[in-house]
Amino acid sequence: MGNKSLVIGEAKAGALRNVTLEAIAAAKQMDEDAEIVGMLCGESGIGDQAQEMIYHGADRVVTVEHNNLQTYTPEGYGQAIMAVADEESPDAIVMGHTAIGKDITPKIASKLDSGLISDAIGIEHEDGETVFTRPIYSGKAFEKKVIRSGRTFVTIRPNNIKPLERDSSQSGTVSTKDVDVKDIHTVIKDVIRKGSEGVDLSEANVIVAGGRGVKSEEGFKPLYDLADALGGAVGASRGACDAEYCDYSLQIGQTGKVVTPDLYIAVGVSGAIQHLAGMSNSKVIVAINKDAESNIFNVADYGIVGDLFEIIPTLTEEVKKIKS
Amino acid sequence: MNIYVLLKRTFDTEEKISISDGQIEDEGAEYIINPYDEYAVEEAINQRDAHGGEVTVVTVGDEESEKQLRTALAMGADQAVLINTEDDLEDGDSFTTAKILDAYFGDKEADLILAGNVAIDEASGQVGPRLAERLGINAITTITALEIDGETANIDKDVEGDVEKVETSLPLLVTCQQGLNDPRYPSLPGIMKAKKKPLEELELDDLDLDENDVEAKTETTTVFLPPEKEAGRILEGDVDEQVKELVSLLKDDKKVL
Repeated sequence: MGNKSLVIGEAKAGALRNVTLEAIAAAKQMDEDAEIVGMLCGESGIGDQAQEMIYHGADRVVTVEHNNLQTYTPEGYGQAIMAVADEESPDAIVMGHTAIGKDITPKIASKLDSGLISDAIGIEHEDGETVFTRPIYSGKAFEKKVIRSGRTFVTIRPNNIKPLERDSSQSGTVSTKDVDVKDIHTVIKDVIRKGSEGVDLSEANVIVAGGRGVKSEEGFKPLYDLADALGGAVGASRGACDAEYCDYSLQIGQTGKVVTPDLYIAVGVSGAIQHLAGMSNSKVIVAINKDAESNIFNVADYGIVGDLFEIIPTLTEEVKKIKS
Repeated sequence: MNIYVLLKRTFDTEEKISISDGQIEDEGAEYIINPYDEYAVEEAINQRDAHGGEVTVVTVGDEESEKQLRTALAMGADQAVLINTEDDLEDGDSFTTAKILDAYFGDKEADLILAGNVAIDEASGQVGPRLAERLGINAITTITALEIDGETANIDKDVEGDVEKVETSLPLLVTCQQGLNDPRYPSLPGIMKAKKKPLEELELDDLDLDENDVEAKTETTTVFLPPEKEAGRILEGDVDEQVKELVSLLKDDKKVL
């Protein structure tokens, strides 16, 4: 019998997260001949999301629906994932390195007595082994890691592995597994949404990040306009958060979020090493700063030395022109 | 309350990183308490001061880790445990560390275990939740507030920028996120006192483990630095020209628009 890879999917605000599609692509890269089994947890009505996983390369999908899976809890998801893992007995398990992925995968790995390579950004095959690349030392170095014993278990960093093309002619079964999800010890009593509306920072393809040079909360307004025009998200340096120009949920850096968008526009950001740790692996970096000596210019592909309050609105208009 | 902190000695990543012989060069590098573990030490001290009990700081490491343990004692922890694997293990991973800690915690009846949410060096973020799973206790990761009332814990959990208000019960393991508290600096009297506080040293043998029991499941085969980035191009001209050139470069050369 052939190999089997389990992809643990994840939805946010009723839609499948992009990183789930990337995880399917990752599973294919790891073993292109393996049967790819997706799985999804939720309260109910996740059939459409399961179908999306099939259109993006899953051979079939198992859903677990239960009242106790309405919100994520480690116990609830843990029981659902273990039930599917026990039944399917996959050779490899892949999930996104998201808040839920980070929380649940070490526990599942512990239950399965298996290794876990977290936060992988690349997959290669060397001498018959699957080799994963992951950032260490806050992105200042990388390591290549292999699984030595037991099944392959990996979480992948969002925005690094390209999803497969959506193909709505693909078909596959979506089955529901009954799991009696019980003994929930953690209760989510409330969720206070703080992140910016719309595009999720960690999955954004374009990020416009402001630093101290933005000078005020009001000063972030043009950055939001530019991000909107680009279909991206707004981030910030620690300096800007400390100065209370914006919420800490926007912080990018060693503490805060690590991001790898296609385009990162750093506005009034000096480029402290802690900030670079969170964004220096972005594919294209643009720096806009009035101080030509700023460190940020050392990692930028393109730089503009000048007044951001003049440059950003002009840039927004220019972007709108080409997007329309 | 019986409070424990999992602490890791880490390379200060503000240092320049270089590689020699396929390893991160640590000659002359600064070592620190993993910054996220500092939040754990601070929180443990605060919880002890509010509820009574003792704070024990535990690390799996080598003799060099004593310095970071003494720092935690100087901050206000009561005692420290060094599980020294220097003679027994060449390599370990998160599985290794969690299994060693599991053996250590076997008879401890911990009420609260605090750890950093991730170590800034290897950044796996696995040891805390793996240990909780082994011990069969509740675990909440990336917390930014913790209030304990009897057996109940009310927690703010950071979820990609949103805050989840979570209620759970002791015994409990939490991993700490930035924003939880402001770790104190050790005071001079604290540093003096720390020298006399108990620091127990254990080896695998003392935990009835041998190296085969804790053999790593994963292995690092190569460590490398990111490719040097060529110096960027500073765009010239007036604002309109700069912006037009930028947009055309992003659109046509880099194809990111």
